[in-house]
Amino acid sequence: MLGSRITALLAKRRNWVIPYVVFMMIFVIAPLFLIVYYAFTDADGAFSLVNFRKFMVHPESVNTFVYSVGIALITTLACLVLSYPAAWILSRSDNSTSQTIVMLFILPMWVNILIRTLATVALFDFLNMPLGEGALIFGMIYNFLPFMLYPIYNTLQKMDKSLIEAAQDLGATPSQVFLKVIFPLSMPGIMSGVVMVFMPTISTFAIAELLTMNNIKLFGTTIQENINNGMWNYGAALSLIMLLLMGVTCLLGGDDDNETNEGGLM
Amino acid sequence: MRYISKIYLWFLLALLYLPIAIIIFFSFTDSKVLGNWTGFSLKLYCSLFAGNVQHSLVGAIWNTFAIAVIASAASTFLGSIAAIGIFNLRNRTRQIVSFMNSIPMMNSDIITGISLFLLFVSLGISQGFTTVVLAHITFCTPYVVLSVLPRLRQMNPNIYEAALDLGATPIQALRKVIFPEIRPGMVSGFILAFTLSIDDFAVTIFTIGNEGLETLSTFIYADARKGGLTPELRPLSTIIFVAVLVLLLIINKRSENKFANK
Repeated sequence: MLGSRITALLAKRRNWVIPYVVFMMIFVIAPLFLIVYYAFTDADGAFSLVNFRKFMVHPESVNTFVYSVGIALITTLACLVLSYPAAWILSRSDNSTSQTIVMLFILPMWVNILIRTLATVALFDFLNMPLGEGALIFGMIYNFLPFMLYPIYNTLQKMDKSLIEAAQDLGATPSQVFLKVIFPLSMPGIMSGVVMVFMPTISTFAIAELLTMNNIKLFGTTIQENINNGMWNYGAALSLIMLLLMGVTCLLGGDDDNETNEGGLM
Repeated sequence: MRYISKIYLWFLLALLYLPIAIIIFFSFTDSKVLGNWTGFSLKLYCSLFAGNVQHSLVGAIWNTFAIAVIASAASTFLGSIAAIGIFNLRNRTRQIVSFMNSIPMMNSDIITGISLFLLFVSLGISQGFTTVVLAHITFCTPYVVLSVLPRLRQMNPNIYEAALDLGATPIQALRKVIFPEIRPGMVSGFILAFTLSIDDFAVTIFTIGNEGLETLSTFIYADARKGGLTPELRPLSTIIFVAVLVLLLIINKRSENKFANK
């Protein structure tokens, strides 16, 4: 009886999605609602805004938040400035070399992020440079640069080169060609690169600890500490604030990054 | 101009590889502290393979691999079945499911980790090996779905119907018709899931509990917080890096050959 019903269910291939949907309901959707639930309740489980009030009245947590956003903006901007020329050069060179070099750029990401961060610490020690803000920003750029380079390279490479030639034929100077044709056309790549660098930078923890010898705290570290110390409600409220910030980033960045994301890095 | 652009590219690459180069360089000396060259030595490699490093490091390596194998196999299975389902959904439902599928990819690791942590504590599940595996399946499966879907789009939809008309059961049709077509997508999804799982730190640390279970990432983290890096991690990172390099070169070579044969 049950067997025949299962066979009937399987016969419709769209029903094959059901196990995964159930799985996602439990492990993706419900947990996100739990963050909201914990954020708006106190330790006894009663509805309350005490967690958000706590965030607002503690200048320390607000400062950490603003500081983290600042670091993330600097990192994102630096990644953009560093990787745009590289992506441009790569998109102009012939296909097989550029693909190999793009792979060389992505390869370090296969080394565990903590090992890479410790390697950065070792580099700064080796060069006798102090750990701190400089090391933090360098480490962030070093960790997330490929996330910026890859989408920009993708859009630049797919760009119709005849548009550039047309602009040149019509008498545009090189800087005009760049500002009026190339840059606007590469905007989708830039936006998805910005989202892909900004979001992990704002939410990292551990990396900042290691790169600054625990002297600089980022927002991610604050969240982790609260969760570890059993302050689940406050930690959930902070997570919700970060979630909202990332939602806004995603909306501003547009949702057209599906194209560059598909197939991942393989 | 060409030279300037070449120099710029190599400069950026050098910047990216400098820290890794330092790790590799100092894996060939036996100094306890990274950055101290005490002469060429393979002692660290020997002690890594002889297994007379701290017992916990060997355990952490095994745990990392066990979790990665189980999680990526499970997410390859779940994700491939799901991809077939999603492919056959009507537009509206498909959009909703695809959106749900993209949540773990867009979400930052720390949010995924904390939300799963809250799930497990709310349900009163004690955290350990199983919860880490479940968490890894959660963030790996979306990538499998995205690797398998393009394969289904390329497939001729009539073959499956033909198999059913000729009397195959849905399970037989799956095994003999759909599975061979989507296998390359499943393989790359598996590899991607495996690397994501091995590399993960942020989700793992929130779901691993505090009963002494360690993966490579949490081991390194605990180690680094104590102030130093276990010297054997240098040769281990070197080996992992070289293995990944070789693997990627092979994949690249193979796709190049395929391209040339066409």
